[in-house]
Amino acid sequence: MADPTKRGDENGQKPDSSGDADLSARLKSLDARLEKVAVQRRETKETQTRKTSDSNALGQALRLSAEFISGVAAGGIIGWIVDRLFETSPWGLVVCIILGFCAGMLNLFRAAGLMKSAPHDQKR
Amino acid sequence: MASPIEQFQIKPIIPAIGFTNSSLFMVGAAALIVGGLMFASRKRAIVPGRSQSIAEILHEFVAGTLKDATGQEGMKFFPLVFSLFMFVLTANLLGMIPGFFTVTSHVIVTFALALLVIGTVVVYGFIKHGTHFLGLFSPPGVPGWLLPFIVVIEIISFLSRPISLSLRLFANMLAGHIALKVFAGFVVALLGAGGAIAFLAPLPLLMAVALMAFEFFVAVLQAYVFTVLTCIYLNDALHPGH
Repeated sequence: MADPTKRGDENGQKPDSSGDADLSARLKSLDARLEKVAVQRRETKETQTRKTSDSNALGQALRLSAEFISGVAAGGIIGWIVDRLFETSPWGLVVCIILGFCAGMLNLFRAAGLMKSAPHDQKR
Repeated sequence: MASPIEQFQIKPIIPAIGFTNSSLFMVGAAALIVGGLMFASRKRAIVPGRSQSIAEILHEFVAGTLKDATGQEGMKFFPLVFSLFMFVLTANLLGMIPGFFTVTSHVIVTFALALLVIGTVVVYGFIKHGTHFLGLFSPPGVPGWLLPFIVVIEIISFLSRPISLSLRLFANMLAGHIALKVFAGFVVALLGAGGAIAFLAPLPLLMAVALMAFEFFVAVLQAYVFTVLTCIYLNDALHPGH
C-alpha cells in the first residue's frame, strides 16, 4: 500500500515542476521497479519447480541410478562385442567397462545438472 | 500367496502367429488411443466439448514440451513424440487396472521404443548435418591430448542413452507393480494366519492403497519423462555440437 500513496504524492507535486526529463526519470524508476518484480517472480518460480522435483526423491534416485547403470552397461556391451570381433579377451571388456564407468559418471553429472556451466551442455 | 512376478508372465493367445497377452494389450492401447482421439475430435467444434478439451489439452501439452526443448523446427517430429507419449501413457495406465497386463514392465518393449528414438536421432542427424553430426562427440575447449578419451567416453555415453531411457521406464513400472503385489499379498497372508495377527491385516492394506495412488502418479510421470528425454535427444539431432 505504501507505493500507490507515494506515487499519488508525486503526481500531486510534479505538474508544477513539470518537464519531460521528470517524466522520463519517473518512467525509468518504474521500469527498474518492474524489472525487480519480474526477476523476483522468475526466481520464486524457479525455486518452486525445483522444490517439486526434489520432493519426488525416489523418482530422482531411480533416474540417476538408471543414468549411471546404463553407462556401465553400454561400456560392458561394447567391450564384449570388441572382444568377440577382435579376439582380445579380456582386455576389451576391462578397458571398455572402465570407460563405461566414466561415461556413467558423465551421465550422472549431466542428469544432476552439475555441469550446466559447461558450454557444451548449454543446449541441454 | 501368489507370486509377485506372476503378473508379468507372457501367455500365448494365438500361438500360430505369436500373438501373446502382451501383443493384445499393445493393440488394445493403440486402439484405445486412436478410438478415443477420433471420438474426441469427431465434432471439431470451435468451442470444445468435454472430450474434445481433453484431446486438445493432451495435444497442447506435448506440443509445448516439444517446442520448449527443440524450438519451432522440432515440430516436424510432433507425430512421433505424440504417438510415443500417448502409447506409453495409455500402456502404463492400462496396466494399473487390476488383472491387466503391463506392457511397459517388459524391458524389450521399452528398449524397442528407445531404439526407435535413438534410431531417428542418428538417421536424421546424419541426413541433415552429414559428418558435422559427429561434432556431438567432441565438446569444445578440450585439450588435444585428452580428446581421444573424451570422444570414446562421449560415444559410450551416447550409446547408453537408449539403455537408460528404456531402463528407467521399465524399472519404475516393474518395481511399482511388484511392490503393490507384495503388499497385497501381505494382507492375505496376515488374514490367513488368523487369531490376533489377523488384526494387523489392515496395515498393509492401507499401504497398498497409498501405493496405488503413487503408482498412478508414477505411470503419468514416467510417460512424461520418456517424452521429455525424447525431445532432448531429438534436439541433439537438430542442433549437434555448437
